[in-house]
Amino acid sequence: MAIMGRRHGSVSVNTVSPPAMVLSYIALLAWTFVVLFPLYWLAITALKTPLEVNDGPFYIPWRDFKPTLDSWHYIFFDLREDTFRPYFNTVVVGLTSTAITVLLGSMAAYGLVRMRYQVGAGAIGSFVVGVAIAVVVVVAGGPWPLGLVAGFGVFVLLLQTVARRLRRGVGNDDIAFWMISQRMLPPVATIIPIYIFFQQLQLLDTWGALIISYTAAHLPIVVWLMRDYFQSVPVELEESAAIDGASPYRVFRSIVLPLAVPGLVATFLFVLVFAWNEYLIALFLTSANAQTLPLTVAAQNATRGPQWWYMSVLILIMIGPVIAMAIALERYIARGLLVGAVKG
Amino acid sequence: MSSLASSRASRMVSATWRPFGARLDRSAGAVFILPAVVVILGFSVFPLLASLYVSLSRLKFVAGGVELKFVGFDNYAKLLFGIDRPHLLGVAGPLTAIGIAVLVAIYGLFAYLLFRYARGPNRTIGGLIGRVITTAIAGALVWLTVNTILTSGRPGTLVVTLVYVAVDVSVQYLLGLGLALLVVQHLPGRRFFRVVFLLPMMITPVGVAYLFRMLVDTSKGPLYPLYAHFGLTDVSWVINPWGARLAVMVGDVWQWTPFIFIVLLAAIETLPHELTEAAVVDGATRWQVFWRITFPQILPATTTVVLIRIIEGFKIVDLPNVLTNGGPGTATESLTLHAYTIWRALDIGGSAAVAYILLIVVTFVGVSYVNLFRRRATAAV
Repeated sequence: MAIMGRRHGSVSVNTVSPPAMVLSYIALLAWTFVVLFPLYWLAITALKTPLEVNDGPFYIPWRDFKPTLDSWHYIFFDLREDTFRPYFNTVVVGLTSTAITVLLGSMAAYGLVRMRYQVGAGAIGSFVVGVAIAVVVVVAGGPWPLGLVAGFGVFVLLLQTVARRLRRGVGNDDIAFWMISQRMLPPVATIIPIYIFFQQLQLLDTWGALIISYTAAHLPIVVWLMRDYFQSVPVELEESAAIDGASPYRVFRSIVLPLAVPGLVATFLFVLVFAWNEYLIALFLTSANAQTLPLTVAAQNATRGPQWWYMSVLILIMIGPVIAMAIALERYIARGLLVGAVKG
Repeated sequence: MSSLASSRASRMVSATWRPFGARLDRSAGAVFILPAVVVILGFSVFPLLASLYVSLSRLKFVAGGVELKFVGFDNYAKLLFGIDRPHLLGVAGPLTAIGIAVLVAIYGLFAYLLFRYARGPNRTIGGLIGRVITTAIAGALVWLTVNTILTSGRPGTLVVTLVYVAVDVSVQYLLGLGLALLVVQHLPGRRFFRVVFLLPMMITPVGVAYLFRMLVDTSKGPLYPLYAHFGLTDVSWVINPWGARLAVMVGDVWQWTPFIFIVLLAAIETLPHELTEAAVVDGATRWQVFWRITFPQILPATTTVVLIRIIEGFKIVDLPNVLTNGGPGTATESLTLHAYTIWRALDIGGSAAVAYILLIVVTFVGVSYVNLFRRRATAAV
């Protein structure tokens, strides 16, 4: 491909010559078609009657079939509460858990990038012993709060005494890997223990259960992604701020976070998407009150087979707000934020 | 200098807070990381231990509840050696010439890499032992894959999952990187493409699965003219194992390419661009700029996003479940779906055992990946 930018003198590599531009557009439009065609099909399915869906492919409304709002009417008026309540739940749970996850996750990621951690083998051993004691108490028939207190007590005791002798242990990379390894067990295996967990806390069918679950489930992803974005923030900036007397928290809030905005926005977006769309955990932890939209979508697969038309409407109203948010936030995933900071 | 003075002033104002503030500053490391550690720890230990125990027991429904009976490694033995072996590991057929050639090529490559490391300057005993173990396990997985796929046998859920992950993650990565590179160019309308390319990721996975079930329908789906053209209207995806697997993989690629796209896009956009500009001024070609400057700098983000996709990819369940119901037979079943189907059959212990086998495989792949690629990638920057 031709050398770009030279002609323009000081302009960046991202300025494009005409032939490259044509090729780029061909590729971009091809993928746009791949992305949009299924969505177009979804949109017109939402305007069809069941008969039209089952009679074969009709592509263009008004020409191939007469569009109707029957399915929309059903979702908004017949189901009404059964649509709006899950919708509200999804919004609350999605936004809250995402905000908490991104905040805690970025803090941990920053710690892992800029500080040195050393978790001693003694501390890990103490923790294992503590857990073992809690398990023994519970298996022996004791109530779980007692087990928890006993285990925690032993853990602290050992930490204060034995653990100080065994300091060699794991470092930052191992902590990070431990975190991501929490996502390796499929939810189908952990869902019953999680159910029991929230049953004991009497949080079943509440926002709290979902928010806690999603926060814990998505934290590792935030930590891993933000680690890389923080890594690319120039450390000189932070050092000079620290020399000027800013506390680590101040450096993090006023310098590091603003500079990592593209990464923050990207991370925020798909943690939101994950929480918004999560299915299995919501299926087990909620019933009537805290049900979320993915369950409503799946529920349209009734005994008479999938109700494509209702499903399409639900999927469309479900992605609406997320698309709006993506459009609003997209501008922040843009270059140039760092430049001024480094020069200034 | 001005900020120095102002911070001094603010410190004098808050003199009473100084001891506490200073302590807080000193323990900043703990404050940053502890909330996340506590949440993850509090939420992971109990499920992990509980499902391990369940995987070692048999769950029975008795009057008024359930009863867990400890059975040792019975559930695992059933999967690895007993009646569920064909389901999990597949059925091996007699090796063909192609199979032997592939095996020889891959084992030769493994041997060469090991040999090179053992003779190289950076070898350590730990590294060598780790690599020997890695090679042995990877070799066993390759053996299983070749013997069930390239022969008249049929692959079990383990091999099918490995195929899904390998194909999906590679295709998603190539597409995602290509698209990210296309939209960082200063093209009119690039913001439109950026948002549109994110769309598939925003649909709930169950929804995507149903959407693709509509699309692959050969009689009333939108691709009907295409199927009609090739005379495939009477053929159902449910009959051909590789056709069904292909449909699952296409769906997964469609849905998760945006994830890699957005992470790499943000990584590229965060890069300071003095380097690229200098290179362009010096007359570097676009390929050189990408390969020598951009790519090495996004390598950490690349290895992260690939690791996350590998881990998530191993847990693929909605697409095969909704699209093909795991069929034909068990041809499209992934490990998670396998765990799910025997879970529905109320064999909770067996289900947990499958999940733990999955955990072991993912941990192996993840640890090898981090040790072999990520450490190097992050060390290079």
